[in-house]
Amino acid sequence: MTAGSRATDTGTWTVTLAGTRVAHRDVRAMRGPLLVVGGAAGVGWDESADVVAADGVRHGLVLELDGDEATVQVFEGTAGIAPGAVDVRFAGQPLRIEVGPGWLGRVCNGRGAPLDGGPPITGGRLAPVTGSPLNPVEREAPHEPVVTGVSVIDALTTLVRGQKLPIFSVAGLPHLRLATQIAAHATCAGEQFRVVFAALGLTHADIAYVRDRLEERTATGELVLLLNAADDPAIERILTPRLALTVAEHLAFEEGADVLVVVSDMTNYAEAVREVSAARREIPARRGYPGYLYSDLASLYERCGRVRGRDGSVTVVPVLTMPAGDITHPVPDLTGYITEGQIVLSPELAARGVYPPVDTLGSLSRLMRHGAGPGRTRDDHLDVAAQVLAALARARQSAALAELVGASALGETDRRYLAYRDALERGLLQQGDDETRTLDDTLDRAWRALATLPRQELTMVPTDMLERRLPIDEEEAHG
Amino acid sequence: MDVVSGSTSAPVGQGRTVRVSGPLVEAGGLAGVTMGEILHLGAGRISAEVVAIEGDRATLQAYEYTGGLRVGDPAQPSGRPLTGLFGPGLLGRAFDGLMRPLTDAPVWLGPERSVEAADAGAEARWRFVPSARVGDTVREGEMLGTVPGAGAVEHRVMVPAGHGGTLTWLAEEGELGTRDHVATVAGREVRLTERWPLRRPRPVRERHSDVAPLHTGQRVLDLLFPVARGAATAVTGGFGTGKTMLLQQIAKWCDADVIVYVGCGERGNEMADVLDDFARLVDARTGGRLMDRTVVVANTSNMPMMARELSIYTGIGIAEYYRDMGYDAVVIADSTSRWAEALREFANRRGELPAEEGFPADLASELAAFYERAGRVTTLGGHDASVTVVGAVSPPGGDLSEPVTTITQRFVRSMWTLDRDLAYARHYPAVHWGGSFARDAEGLARWQAVQGDAEWAARRATALEILAEADRLASLAEVIGVNSLPGRERVIVLGGRLLREAVLAQNALSTNDATCSDRKGAALLDLVLACVDACHAGVARGVTATAIEAVDVGPVLRAAQAVGPDDADGVAAIRERMLATIGGLR
Repeated sequence: MTAGSRATDTGTWTVTLAGTRVAHRDVRAMRGPLLVVGGAAGVGWDESADVVAADGVRHGLVLELDGDEATVQVFEGTAGIAPGAVDVRFAGQPLRIEVGPGWLGRVCNGRGAPLDGGPPITGGRLAPVTGSPLNPVEREAPHEPVVTGVSVIDALTTLVRGQKLPIFSVAGLPHLRLATQIAAHATCAGEQFRVVFAALGLTHADIAYVRDRLEERTATGELVLLLNAADDPAIERILTPRLALTVAEHLAFEEGADVLVVVSDMTNYAEAVREVSAARREIPARRGYPGYLYSDLASLYERCGRVRGRDGSVTVVPVLTMPAGDITHPVPDLTGYITEGQIVLSPELAARGVYPPVDTLGSLSRLMRHGAGPGRTRDDHLDVAAQVLAALARARQSAALAELVGASALGETDRRYLAYRDALERGLLQQGDDETRTLDDTLDRAWRALATLPRQELTMVPTDMLERRLPIDEEEAHG
Repeated sequence: MDVVSGSTSAPVGQGRTVRVSGPLVEAGGLAGVTMGEILHLGAGRISAEVVAIEGDRATLQAYEYTGGLRVGDPAQPSGRPLTGLFGPGLLGRAFDGLMRPLTDAPVWLGPERSVEAADAGAEARWRFVPSARVGDTVREGEMLGTVPGAGAVEHRVMVPAGHGGTLTWLAEEGELGTRDHVATVAGREVRLTERWPLRRPRPVRERHSDVAPLHTGQRVLDLLFPVARGAATAVTGGFGTGKTMLLQQIAKWCDADVIVYVGCGERGNEMADVLDDFARLVDARTGGRLMDRTVVVANTSNMPMMARELSIYTGIGIAEYYRDMGYDAVVIADSTSRWAEALREFANRRGELPAEEGFPADLASELAAFYERAGRVTTLGGHDASVTVVGAVSPPGGDLSEPVTTITQRFVRSMWTLDRDLAYARHYPAVHWGGSFARDAEGLARWQAVQGDAEWAARRATALEILAEADRLASLAEVIGVNSLPGRERVIVLGGRLLREAVLAQNALSTNDATCSDRKGAALLDLVLACVDACHAGVARGVTATAIEAVDVGPVLRAAQAVGPDDADGVAAIRERMLATIGGLR
């Protein structure tokens, strides 16, 4: 613990700053979240710092060194700091936090300070929050499914242990409901399944909802909650996901747990990065976001995975809202380039009353072919998923045609495709927000929807599998 | 020193860092350093390259995480540019962007990693078999001997560029270390492993202009948008359109001798998948592991950004090294957009005036220089060999008007554009016939004709025509309904569907369909074109379009997966049955 830190509403700090530090008082400039301090020779790049102001201790990182000046990014912002009345103490090392199972069952703020009335978290071990890149040859390719209990995800965009699979949403859609449903109920074959849920810039109403939905898993000591509220310091959001991942990496690769990290909402994170970039007067790339946003996001998302010869895994599900529903906006776009697929929520489906409103054609799990199918889930899984999606693409054409010429003018085949789409939405997609389905149940539901189509349309499933799996009665009914 | 480039100079005195901003470092007290020279920074001896000089002050691009580096830390010039060690032991292994082996590196690539790891693996021993004779006059690029057991192709030890003369000493057959001396040519030592500056193209005798195809095993490419050996080609498409999958398919199935797979700023799990898959899969051409003909250069998106910038050059340098032995090498670079972003990131930190979307003004010349390293050549040693470049472009927002895509289009011979709608419909590879091009198609048609397939060009033209016509009719049908189209046009709509689903779509997971020979590809295309002709004939003799559309085309759609990867006769049998069915319609 740092000297002088105390449990106030700015929070305690779980970082250990070793040794005594020189106080730097020569503050030469402040700009947004940045503070420039002089006489800083001997300070290293990316060092962490304590900024001791009249109202308590704030925390920062060195972003740039130029001559004897160091530019420090202050996570709590610089509001209220007067240049002459502040001490900056550099830690001599990058920011590190305590890691260990002590985090499980705890509810903390975005800097890791307890909000649940418990003692500060200690783990006995320190780890740098930026992590280190995993050597690509030491990575184990992901192979086993994480069963979320949500039919549309398990059937069509299977989440795989060690994958990063984001949820792309639009303001007003139930992404938080879906994210908390997954966080509360997901499991996989391993012995210990753990969840780290990081809220970034959520409203207090949303935070209360998240705490309520995840209460059970928190109480059983399987979950860590890190909560940065919409009115908490924005720059703190740069730190929160790194805390979550550092805690998760330790639980996974040292303790052998399978850890699911859910982070919502990454759009708020990217805005915090943009704010720092603007304060540094950097040349922006797209929509004011810095050119390094891709690498910055990758430094978070790439921390998922598995390590050869070790138990445990880190699976990451970032949630983000696409501004104005635009999937080409830099945040979803760069995320999509880094993650292994995406789950896209659709306002049209939500308007039709479907929950979860997953746009099945726009969604994709790139690792599904490794984590589903024979020996992983069920032998028919990949074929049935491919057929469901191909038929949905065809049904979409039928629906577009029906809008132009009217449903009554449609040919028989087009009508059957529309019926299929309804059957799929009602039978497979539609699900309660606390209903958990088994994989067998989910796949059987997919088959029942396919049975509404003429058999000769099912060209993506091998004939013998059709014989075995296609429900008999519907098939006869439709000839 | 055995450095062939002659660029080594005595290191100048030590300087001191004066500014640190992530990978951008400035240091003073460095009068006499050269552009491109490597310096070592701080106690961790991080390597950094000189990218600008002003007075005695140099701007440096650091290749490692600079955390902990302080103003005033030493900046020690090394006297040489960034080099890699080219020798036996590259095939089957993985390297980072600086060409340091990843295989012997720790699990977590922390900043404490040694910068001189390029010399790792130096303890390996190789068997050298001499083939030249002492007293001979040897030219640069000429073979001195071979190293058996160093991968899927015979490893040839060559006289380095610029080294010709009388061979005065040659090692006898036996075991040698990587850094051992194998020959003396005109008084200069030649070692088993050659040190070569990573950014510098390796010289060739001359470039060729005649074309021969690189068979990729992907029908949409081989039949419609073929690539010539030694050509540069790019694949572009938004995320989720299957770029990486297509590149991996090409890496697995194309008929090159050596594959260099560069993961430049891409996903770690993908690299793990490539390494796993390639170690498991059998190379149909050699019977060995696919990995034995492959070199992986992995600089994933979370590894240091400037090493990502270098990884592209490392990859193409390795390919040129094998080209110089006389092989056809393919470099797969996924993704050149991440490389361009690294250039942008660094240019911005230097405060350069940006051109389009923040990219530096020299982006076009950098991209051109990279793609122009592809080529079919006569090597210094007189071999006909090639380097083919397949670069992925990841346009932000799938916007094909962005700078990296538009610049790349100007410099490549083929462009494969992936389409989101095809990918959504799970039509893979999602190469769209409308947005793709192949500038070498005519030359390759002549090559096919010489090889005995005179129909190649006509088949391609007909297929492209039907696809374009079917697309036009499909948008018309969306307005008026397909049933309102005349019979002839409904057949074209059906023909478009058959081409898309039976010929162009390919199932990477099917053992029968993952790759496809030229014969089978031609047979499948013939099958569909013959069916379309038969349907037209049916319409002409009065069969209704509705009756034609009711024909079960399942056998056509399943043909690719039903018969083996080279089974043209199996496809021909399906064709006979289908023609009988359609011919029997009244």
